[in-house]
Amino acid sequence: MSYSATGAQLGKTILSEADVARVVDRIAHQILEKTSGAQDTILLGIPTRGVPLARRLAARIAAFESIAVPLGVLDITLYRDDLRLRGARAIGHTDIPAGGLDGRRVILVDDVLFSGRTVRAALDALQDLGRPRSVQLAVLVDRGHRELPIRADYVGKNIPTAFDESIKVHVAEHDGADGVVLMPATATGGAK
Amino acid sequence: MIKHLLSAGDLDAVSANLVLDTAAEMASLAGREVKKLPTLRGRTVVNLFYEDSTRTRISFEAAAKRLSADVINFSAKGSSVSKGESLKDTALTLQAMGADAVVVRHPASGAPHRLANWVEGSVLNAGDGTHEHPTQALLDAYTMRSRLGCVAGLHVVIVGDVLHSRVARSNVLLLHTLGAKVTLVAPPTLLPVGVDTWPVETSYDLDAVVPHADVVMMLRVQNERMDQAFFPSAREYARRYGLDRPRMRRLPEHAIVMHPGPMNRGMEIAPEVADSARSTIVEQVANGVSVRMAVLYLLLGGKS
Repeated sequence: MSYSATGAQLGKTILSEADVARVVDRIAHQILEKTSGAQDTILLGIPTRGVPLARRLAARIAAFESIAVPLGVLDITLYRDDLRLRGARAIGHTDIPAGGLDGRRVILVDDVLFSGRTVRAALDALQDLGRPRSVQLAVLVDRGHRELPIRADYVGKNIPTAFDESIKVHVAEHDGADGVVLMPATATGGAK
Repeated sequence: MIKHLLSAGDLDAVSANLVLDTAAEMASLAGREVKKLPTLRGRTVVNLFYEDSTRTRISFEAAAKRLSADVINFSAKGSSVSKGESLKDTALTLQAMGADAVVVRHPASGAPHRLANWVEGSVLNAGDGTHEHPTQALLDAYTMRSRLGCVAGLHVVIVGDVLHSRVARSNVLLLHTLGAKVTLVAPPTLLPVGVDTWPVETSYDLDAVVPHADVVMMLRVQNERMDQAFFPSAREYARRYGLDRPRMRRLPEHAIVMHPGPMNRGMEIAPEVADSARSTIVEQVANGVSVRMAVLYLLLGGKS
């Protein structure tokens, strides 16, 4: 099954493969700028597609300044607030870099910022894993419709959407190719 | 995912592996500073124990508390059961209190099945008579997987009082589902009628089977359920069906020794075997919490 093929047929491509690469480069630069050279900084990807995005940010930061930023995975399944509505989901693996989070600057990385509930769950999860000095948020796409007082520190692209449209972020690791596609409401039945 | 866990046979290979995978993630919690997850906040889990138990009750209690559920412990001693209250009336009381899950242990085989028709929440069988103990089978499979990598293809030898053992019944069902080969070893008097219809091989000779085992699971001789003489003497039983040091030495290098507990040291298992590096007995208890967390999460989360 090829998401990109489906996307090309049904949705409107917002970011091409080259666009995604440029956006990731820009966010990497912004992180270096805002964290004075990524000192004491940890990148935590939120599964599924936040993980490869975090990996790429780390790779770009390494390419620009030869700094190895510790990289981890933060699974938030057990901290979600929709267990009663959606039922149990398979749990992903959480992987915190050696040295822990205490006193570090943690940058959460996700593909799409929508209601803000995923980030809320991630903040709760972080609290149980340690005490970071500060927490920032990097997303590839901000599509609006926030339900909680949460904003991103680094945004790849703001895409105004209707509530029942959906945004598909494709990454090569999972979907064969990079890209961001806006799906009309009828194509997927809503939610991200 | 299913609503109740009454029998290990309720699980197909996909859902059994889902439980084991989930348990593996739950286990990573043990290394954390805050060993608590908010997942089941506001849910109530009732431990309904009509039979004595230490590890299973404590294990379920720890599992529910680590997921932030509220736990109510009920043991038949010191409750209205001693005044003659029936299982059904007790169940309706629990229902009125709004139990989201009932963990039940009962001396009568099939009691959890009856209970499942009376309460709205999920029912988890924590051992019913000589019938089944599915979470024990899951934690045993989890232990095999973490020690030996994979359950499929393993040769598991279950030794001892199969007749009275709910652990053996649940293990046979689950291990068959997961693709392991099971051999039951017991004196003829302690093998149940109809065992030839189970997906297992049977043997009366432990010495012949030991060199080909990946896992040896010793069962407790359940004196409290034995109303007649099933073997001549404890010494003879220990000599023919007990796992002592010479027998352990004849096991393959990688083989592990399991026991669901509580042990009769010197009877079915020699103390030096129980305390050896092959023994997973303490590990099984630790894994029990992770596996029960996974089961509670998947059963209670399955409700929509």
